Amino acid sequence: MKAEPVLSTHALSAGYGDFQALFGVDFEVYAGEVVALIGANGAGKSTLLRSILGLLPVLPEMVRFRGKPVGGSKPHTMVRNGIGMVPEGRRLFAGMSVEDNLRVAVDYGRKPERDDDAGSIWTIARIYALFPILGERRDQLVHNLSGGQQQMVAIGRALLTQPRVLLCDEISLGLAPKVVHEIYDALPLIRQAGTALVLVEQDVSLAKRASERLYCMLEGRITLTGASDSIGRDTIAEAYFGAIHAMA
Amino acid sequence: MQWLDALVQGVLLGGMYAQYALGMALMFGVMRIVNIAHGDLMILLALTGISLATAFSLGTMSLIAVLVPLAALLGWTLQRGILNKAVGEDPLPSLIATFGLSIAVQNLMLQIWSADTRSLRGGGLESASIDVGGVYVGVLPVIVLVTAIALTAGLDFIVRATRFGRGLRAAAADTEAAAVTGVDPKSIYAVSTAIAVAILGIAAVFQSLRATVSPADGPAQLIYAFEAVIIGGMGSLWGAFVGSMVLGVAQAIGFRIDPGWGILFGHLVFLAALAIRPEGVMKRG
Ligand SMILES: Nc1ncnc2c1ncn2[C@@H]1O[C@H](COP(=O)(O)OP(=O)(O)OP(=O)(O)O)[C@@H](O)[C@H]1O
Ligand SMILES: [Mg+2]
Repeated sequence: MKAEPVLSTHALSAGYGDFQALFGVDFEVYAGEVVALIGANGAGKSTLLRSILGLLPVLPEMVRFRGKPVGGSKPHTMVRNGIGMVPEGRRLFAGMSVEDNLRVAVDYGRKPERDDDAGSIWTIARIYALFPILGERRDQLVHNLSGGQQQMVAIGRALLTQPRVLLCDEISLGLAPKVVHEIYDALPLIRQAGTALVLVEQDVSLAKRASERLYCMLEGRITLTGASDSIGRDTIAEAYFGAIHAMA
Repeated sequence: MQWLDALVQGVLLGGMYAQYALGMALMFGVMRIVNIAHGDLMILLALTGISLATAFSLGTMSLIAVLVPLAALLGWTLQRGILNKAVGEDPLPSLIATFGLSIAVQNLMLQIWSADTRSLRGGGLESASIDVGGVYVGVLPVIVLVTAIALTAGLDFIVRATRFGRGLRAAAADTEAAAVTGVDPKSIYAVSTAIAVAILGIAAVFQSLRATVSPADGPAQLIYAFEAVIIGGMGSLWGAFVGSMVLGVAQAIGFRIDPGWGILFGHLVFLAALAIRPEGVMKRG
């Protein structure tokens, strides 16, 4: 029998005002695991991440983290408890340098505890070792960076909040394949620190390769889940587009 | 010499406006709140200060030492109690909230202090002046200007180089991204408003030393702060300072042309600045 998941959602429903975007989503992540979350545009992937982080109102029991109901807590509380997020579209702090963007996370993120082993604590120096280009450009304003470099800042910023679970929303979007490789090559190093990863991806084959387990969403519901290497393309296509499309 | 004198007096007057404008620029830069009650809060602090000084026979420095923490607490409570509930993407709720607050504060002041004008005595400080090569320079206005420069530089340093400043810039740039980086925007806002109103506490003491104050004076002071902030580029701290100088000099020059024109000239320069450079002399920073 497996241990309790570090993060899970239970019949999570959420939406924007009168519009319901998620319908009873059950989702779980175990410590140190890499989970991919795939689905078409508008399936509700970002909404799920945002609901977990407390950016959308949900009931306490809908989100459990390290054994406690935490749904609907303030986002900054979630972050300080150990849930990190690389938001969709990077969302860097405009007008601030690379280093200042990172320092916000050091200043306000989770403070490492005694039970965290020293090797798993992220420092700005370790981020520069992971992405050397950021070290070279540390004093530049973030809007002068390329898209890939900005994504590295967004990932670095999230890591510096010392997450136990890191939610990454489409970190490959809009980047050249070479840059996507560069970023995905860094993921194993992030895992070594013991951080569990949730990867929201549109690129299904990339998601399958990078993850151990996979969830597929369609119209606000989970339509498929299983081990990434054992799910076939057709099964994914059906879950991704819905049964009707798969038959056509 | 007449114009040099106007320039000097204008810059000195600008020092007073800079003290009003600084807190407004901070609040606008961080929260996109235009605090309509800004002037009324200053008058409230001025009248409170005058009453405190009379009741406990406080000197200028001790009054500042008492009034500033009180002002900070007022700002913090105001943000936590009211403005944090109104702040957001849509600027209208906070505009309505501060407008309501402005009226409430004015009425409260009228109840407590009646419509009389009052002022502080500064033991001769308010009338002292020195002759600098034919231009008479008031000692108090120089202190006001130096204080304004120190406050602007200090606040600018806090914003650029401290932990709180980074959190503030992050929350100002992208509230949601700041929140998912561990920043509590509401707490940043509360401290920002505490700082803004604390600065008004200092401005209030100087204002009641150099002129008289009465409960209905707030809106006029609001306009000066508002114009300075717009001329300078909304949200920029040094921009607000420069805007205050422009406004002060415009009023002083207008006054030299015709004593009735001073204030009007300031408004005209404000409108001209809005027409020519709506983004302000300094861009947001
Ligand atoms: N701010 C919002 N207000 C109203 N509806 C929204 C908002 N954001 C998303 N939605 C709706 O919620 C649904 C789920 O959107 P969501 O952004 O979670 O999808 P997604 O799976 O992340 O898509 P993508 O791959 O395009 O990022 C969509 O129907 C979308 O139109
Ligand atoms: Mg999305």
